[in-house]
Amino acid sequence: MTAPILSIRNLTVDIPTRHGTLRPVDNVSYDIAAGEILGVVGESGAGKSMAGNAVIGLLNPPAHIASGEIHLNGTRIDHLAGDTMRRLRGKEIGMVFQDPLTSLNPLLRIGDQLTETMLAHLDISQSEARKRAVAALDEVGIPGAAERVDSYPHEFSGGMRQRVVIALALCAEPSLIIADEPTTALDVSVQAQIIALLKRLCRERGTAVMLITHDMGVIAEACDRVAVMYAGKLAELGPVRDVLTAPLHPYTDGLMGSTPLASRGKDRLHQIPGAMPRLDALPQGCAFHPRCPRAAEQCRADPAPRIEDGAGRAACFFPIDRVEVA
Amino acid sequence: MALVSIRNLTRIFDVSKPWLNRVLERRPRALLTAVSDVSFEIEEKTVYALVGESGSGKSTIGKMLVGLLGPSEGSVDIRGVDLAREKDAAKVDAVRADIQMIFQDPFASLNPRWRVRDIIAEPVAARGGDTNGLAEKLLEQVGLSARDAGKFPHEFSGGQRQRICIARALASEPKLIVCDEPTSALDVSVQAQVLNLMSDLKDEFGLTYLFISHDLTVVQHMADRIGVLYLGRLVEEATPAELFDDPKHPYTQMLLAAAPKLDGFGREVTPPTGEIPDPINPPPGCAYNPRCPLAQAICREERPALRAVGGARVACHMVE
Repeated sequence: MTAPILSIRNLTVDIPTRHGTLRPVDNVSYDIAAGEILGVVGESGAGKSMAGNAVIGLLNPPAHIASGEIHLNGTRIDHLAGDTMRRLRGKEIGMVFQDPLTSLNPLLRIGDQLTETMLAHLDISQSEARKRAVAALDEVGIPGAAERVDSYPHEFSGGMRQRVVIALALCAEPSLIIADEPTTALDVSVQAQIIALLKRLCRERGTAVMLITHDMGVIAEACDRVAVMYAGKLAELGPVRDVLTAPLHPYTDGLMGSTPLASRGKDRLHQIPGAMPRLDALPQGCAFHPRCPRAAEQCRADPAPRIEDGAGRAACFFPIDRVEVA
Repeated sequence: MALVSIRNLTRIFDVSKPWLNRVLERRPRALLTAVSDVSFEIEEKTVYALVGESGSGKSTIGKMLVGLLGPSEGSVDIRGVDLAREKDAAKVDAVRADIQMIFQDPFASLNPRWRVRDIIAEPVAARGGDTNGLAEKLLEQVGLSARDAGKFPHEFSGGQRQRICIARALASEPKLIVCDEPTSALDVSVQAQVLNLMSDLKDEFGLTYLFISHDLTVVQHMADRIGVLYLGRLVEEATPAELFDDPKHPYTQMLLAAAPKLDGFGREVTPPTGEIPDPINPPPGCAYNPRCPLAQAICREERPALRAVGGARVACHMVE
């Protein structure tokens, strides 16, 4: 296997508060290879967006990286100064956020926003940048790109705006894209268009994609591997088919069971009792044990084993036994 | 007789600019048809689901059903009483007490300055009923503790707040609850808890739900009958089994194909083309014709009527 594009090692994010330090991301490690889509899934407060923000250096103070390393293309980037990081962001890392309207400047034509980004990061002329802006809009599937390049964001529909944001993220040809809930605000049919677009671009350009979402269906269709997060820690990490069809961690299993599925008909949904603990009141031992059907004495006393330390696919003392699927 | 019968319901919003602008800029009035000629019935003790993308008019129908909006044309009859036109105030009042609503955002739909006890008892207190111990009893029925009655909404998580909203909706012992995207703001494990609770309460109290959602899997799980809306028009109506196994309308087929599937590993969907048209200037004929792979000349000229096909009702010229 070639060296990964993004490599996160033992990343910990802390938020100091008056009532003690919160740890939204706790000792997390994962890699993303070129051309790979890694899904990061979890419920609200699991730390999935916080990990993404740490990679692009956009943590809101007082949140900060307390320990760990982030490597992009073999270079360490977590300790870079503000302006070095700014040059990297946009150039090497593209970002797509949930709400396309707030990621675009409403007062600038989209063509100007695209050329501005390209001129800042690439050594090209104004006319060349404009040519590339039209090509970028064309590539993300905006009809009549040559005319629409001079439109303002409000003249586009939600789905079209998200395409513009993706064009913006891609225009400096980054090696990594972080997409944080890119389709949550969109309708089903538009969501399918955006997911297909992300997959195609990733395949054609060999871009690594970190797809943060809470939608298991999107994960299943788009991703190669999936990282399940719970209360700031990795619960399970593995190839998407294995994790979703034969989850080893009881949390992943519960999550899959509570998703309404066509094949289950109208039976009661499996429900995980309780809710995710608050960061200031994390239980002793494994953070999931109060809700876990398999919890034993050891789970209440000791922190769960870490995937990174060789615990296998699931960070659990008692993973669900599965007959090996050939 | 059906509990709710909706006939030829239409709602038009005037979204024109102010009069002076229209005169100076020589602009015509702009009328947005949010709901157009929709008819369906909800049987007692069943769950009728309305599903559609944004702008399809599903919430507008819900609001007209509870009386938050009046219909432009057509009627909503609940137990034979037309809420918008009935003159007898006592009759209207009796029906009104039988309808409650649960909203999408449990953060916006609870008054932050009221204690949970007052929030839950309000529908009964407003009619001068006996509220003694009511909130405590309801809180336990929705899976919270009676002690929570003295707390304020900010002390609860999203899922717990939605349970409070459900308790409030149950307080006046309604027959019909309109649920407008009740679980869209919730995480999937909490969504499962709330959906299970809603199913249990339905059986326990003999409730009827109008369930409004954009999430096909949730609708499939909850509904006894599903109506698919597109641009304010009912394009297909069927039972979940029929709709998901054999969708007849091309729009329903597209919607089902586009929805992400949990077992769709590496599935390459041909993404649907186009977007929902502008409801101020809907296309002539069938609203779906610009995106429809089956569209013929007649689809661009004549609006298809909703007609029975097997056990379903479909509005499409091309379906046999």
